[in-house]
Amino acid sequence: MSVFRFMWQNHGQVLELTLEHLRLVGLSALFAMLIGIPLGIAIAHRPRFNKPVLASANIIQTIPSLALFGFLLPVPWLGERADRLAILALTLYALLPIIRNTYTGIRGVDPAVVEAGRGMGLTESQLLFQVELPLAVSVILSGVRVAVVISVGLATIAAAIGAGGLGEFIFRGLAMVDDRVILAGAIPAALLALVADFGVGWLERRLQPR
Amino acid sequence: MQPAAASPVIEFRDVSCRVAGTLVLSGFNLQVQSGETLVLLGRSGSGKTTSLKLVNRLLTPTSGEIRVKGVSNAEGDVIRLRRSIGYVIQDVGLFPHFTVEKNIGLVPRIEGWPEERVRARVFELLQMVGLSPDLASRKPHELSGGQRQRVGVARALAADPEILLMDEPFGALDPLTRDELQREFLLLQQRLHKTVVFVTHDLREALRIGSRIALMEAGRLVTVAEPREFLRSTDPLASAYVRAFGDGLESAANRGTS
Repeated sequence: MSVFRFMWQNHGQVLELTLEHLRLVGLSALFAMLIGIPLGIAIAHRPRFNKPVLASANIIQTIPSLALFGFLLPVPWLGERADRLAILALTLYALLPIIRNTYTGIRGVDPAVVEAGRGMGLTESQLLFQVELPLAVSVILSGVRVAVVISVGLATIAAAIGAGGLGEFIFRGLAMVDDRVILAGAIPAALLALVADFGVGWLERRLQPR
Repeated sequence: MQPAAASPVIEFRDVSCRVAGTLVLSGFNLQVQSGETLVLLGRSGSGKTTSLKLVNRLLTPTSGEIRVKGVSNAEGDVIRLRRSIGYVIQDVGLFPHFTVEKNIGLVPRIEGWPEERVRARVFELLQMVGLSPDLASRKPHELSGGQRQRVGVARALAADPEILLMDEPFGALDPLTRDELQREFLLLQQRLHKTVVFVTHDLREALRIGSRIALMEAGRLVTVAEPREFLRSTDPLASAYVRAFGDGLESAANRGTS
């Protein structure tokens, strides 16, 4: 139980790093949704582009995270601050599940429903916002959920380039060969992942069309 | 039969249509008169659905033109055109996340009707298609197949379009429900006098519902005839159809609503 004593003694720092962690994950998830959802919609409507877009997102996903952080380091404006860098890298990783689920969700809408809507004279944007997106929303959110949970874990590595977050405890603990310090980072990170998973999952069920 | 003075509501002029490289409709000429129910009859792949989708521009012809109320439908706004035409399909295509009320009221609402007028219209339509007003707050998955199709018809009629396009609307229903809906359709049509284009592969349905039957095969129009003429047609394909459906067709052609 010495872990919890350690966490209690350092509760100020635990809280600070948790908030930093949340900021990294929250902002990157936001950016990934802002990019990934429109992109997913676009490739669902123009299947020609679906292969190249999904393949690119896939390739990004295969780059080892430490390497990606390293690659981005020399980029001018980004490299100046480690948190910018970390947010970009996390955004890139979050893209694949979000794009893929948006694509799947929109493609999964019953073609008869879309055709009926179009035949009744809905404009393409009415069709998207009143029919396709509401029917795809739970699939899209389950992509967001995967992305967020992955981000919470990945964001710990961002501490390696000095971006802060709960990874700081983990790396410090590794250097000190002190399990308590490692766990002081790992336990809150795991809790964050669980809370995010539950929270988005709850939203997903609430917004389920039927 | 043809009222010489009246111009047709829908007119196909030498229409051909190629979809993904295959010619699905060629040299198609047809006129649909005001207030009639023209049935497009034919087997799958004969071009019936294609013809229907050309009317509301879900498809565009490769050559030729389709005139709706005297004007080529390629001119003008496609959204306006579609909202002025009711459209019913076999799979109904009700919006699963909308209640019955929202499904029926969708076009009037996006057309900006005041809310109380939309509600009044929805309840009027529910009654018209023989549904209880209690169903208004249900979701489509809580309805039976027949009820869903009635909602589909009500939705198509919502903005009171002059033209109704129906693509095998009763095709997926059990025989009893289908019979009921056909009968109600006839009664409704006696009151409303819409100009209807009705696609089916069922000769019995065609005879019962149609004021004229247009027989199609391999993307071409074979013959157009009134139901009784159709039964006596000397056209080989028409008579093959009649033989395939066998006895009892005369009574169907008597257009009983009973």
